[in-house]
Amino acid sequence: MNKEEAIKKLKVRVTPIGNGTAIDHIPAGMGLVLVEVLGMNSGNAAAIALNTESSKTEGKRKDLILMENRFLNEEELNKIKLIARNATVNTIKNFKIVKKEKLDLPEKVQGILQCINPVCITNHEDIKGKFTIKKNPVKAKCIYCETSMNEKEIKKYIKK
Amino acid sequence: MRIKFFLMDSKNSLKKTDFSLTDVISIYDFSKNDILYVLKRAKEIDAMTAEQKNKLLQNKIVASMFFEPSTRTRLSFETAAQAVGAKVIGFADAGITSAKKGESFSDTIKTVSNYADILVMRHPLSGTARLASEASNKPILNGGDGPNQHPTQTLLDLYTIQKFVGKLENLKIGFVGDLKYGRTVHSLAIALTHFGAEQYYISPESLKMPKHIAEEVKEKCKVHETEDLEKFIPEVDVLYMTRIQKERFPDEIEYNKVKDAYVLNKAMLKNAKKEMKVMHPLPRVNEISTDVDDTPHAIYFQQTASGIPVREALLDILSRVKK
Repeated sequence: MNKEEAIKKLKVRVTPIGNGTAIDHIPAGMGLVLVEVLGMNSGNAAAIALNTESSKTEGKRKDLILMENRFLNEEELNKIKLIARNATVNTIKNFKIVKKEKLDLPEKVQGILQCINPVCITNHEDIKGKFTIKKNPVKAKCIYCETSMNEKEIKKYIKK
Repeated sequence: MRIKFFLMDSKNSLKKTDFSLTDVISIYDFSKNDILYVLKRAKEIDAMTAEQKNKLLQNKIVASMFFEPSTRTRLSFETAAQAVGAKVIGFADAGITSAKKGESFSDTIKTVSNYADILVMRHPLSGTARLASEASNKPILNGGDGPNQHPTQTLLDLYTIQKFVGKLENLKIGFVGDLKYGRTVHSLAIALTHFGAEQYYISPESLKMPKHIAEEVKEKCKVHETEDLEKFIPEVDVLYMTRIQKERFPDEIEYNKVKDAYVLNKAMLKNAKKEMKVMHPLPRVNEISTDVDDTPHAIYFQQTASGIPVREALLDILSRVKK
């Protein structure tokens, strides 16, 4: 199936949005996790496509989220970067993509992860957790207690 | 008068090239240069007379904040602070502080920062020292943050090795006993990567060095992992013994299985190198027989004593950093 055919097929499944955000190339299986992490209770319409064909995404399958009238802030973008790196975030205005951002792992994150260590001070006082992120394999290290979390743990401890 | 004051000040202030840190929180923050500067300063201070030392932190106030009980570390810090001429304020029990009234840790630190020039602290929760360094405009000296870091122990271990073994470079060191839970061992293993130490991890299977530490060390040093202590005694320059900590085990049966796994006695040292030294962070239980104490190999009591010049040096250094 060529690209045009794939787009056509996708359009049958999800209606394009006029204004809002499309998160594309989400690794298959991570779409629902992202929905939970980003929250969809704003009252705006959203559409989700799971396990659709993709030549660009690892595993040749991807998830897609379309959110009408919703634009992501830096904290939300960092959450996506952490759990669905290589996804693409498209900002749409008047049915046109005005910004296309291919995501990569951030070097640092603040306030979006909870530390896995129960005796870390961040789990006892009202302070924003700060983590440094390492690639290959992906690890998040708490700058306070120096405990590292692997990818699976990051997905579990990301703030929802 | 102003000129004289200025000259004194510039003489005393510290260059970033000598020591790059503004707080002493974690051994991970130390470059090789930072470590060597602390050891050099400790040696200089060790050689000073009591009178010379007493002038180093004159008119300075050190806050000694112990949110959990400690005998050795607290007394060592307070002795060091007094010896370098500082006045010491503080507490040895969090129960008598406003923490009990519900005050946040950050607020306590900010308050004490108004009173003291350097804050020495120990706390049962990990990460408190780093948080304190963010909250305070005065240098923080970490005396242990929960199971995480205890950098002054590592620095005093390095000072002891340098002083009694005569070198830090290309050392062969065997870590023995509880390598899983012992933070002392983890920090020293990491610190020694700056000096290319060949490391032997000798422990029961259930108390092996955590994988992430062993892997980090392997990036820079040769590592051997084994259960056989006697075989490797002739190889090493330093044997670093540790206590198997009963409080870390979920039940007594598991503890009993490994508690006597490694007991070092004098007979076992017959094939050791003549200059080989035995270290231990203390307190010991039975992992080193008392018959080792009188051999020239034993330096664990001198090791504890090294805590004083090293902590004096750190107080002196932190009194001269600009935060």
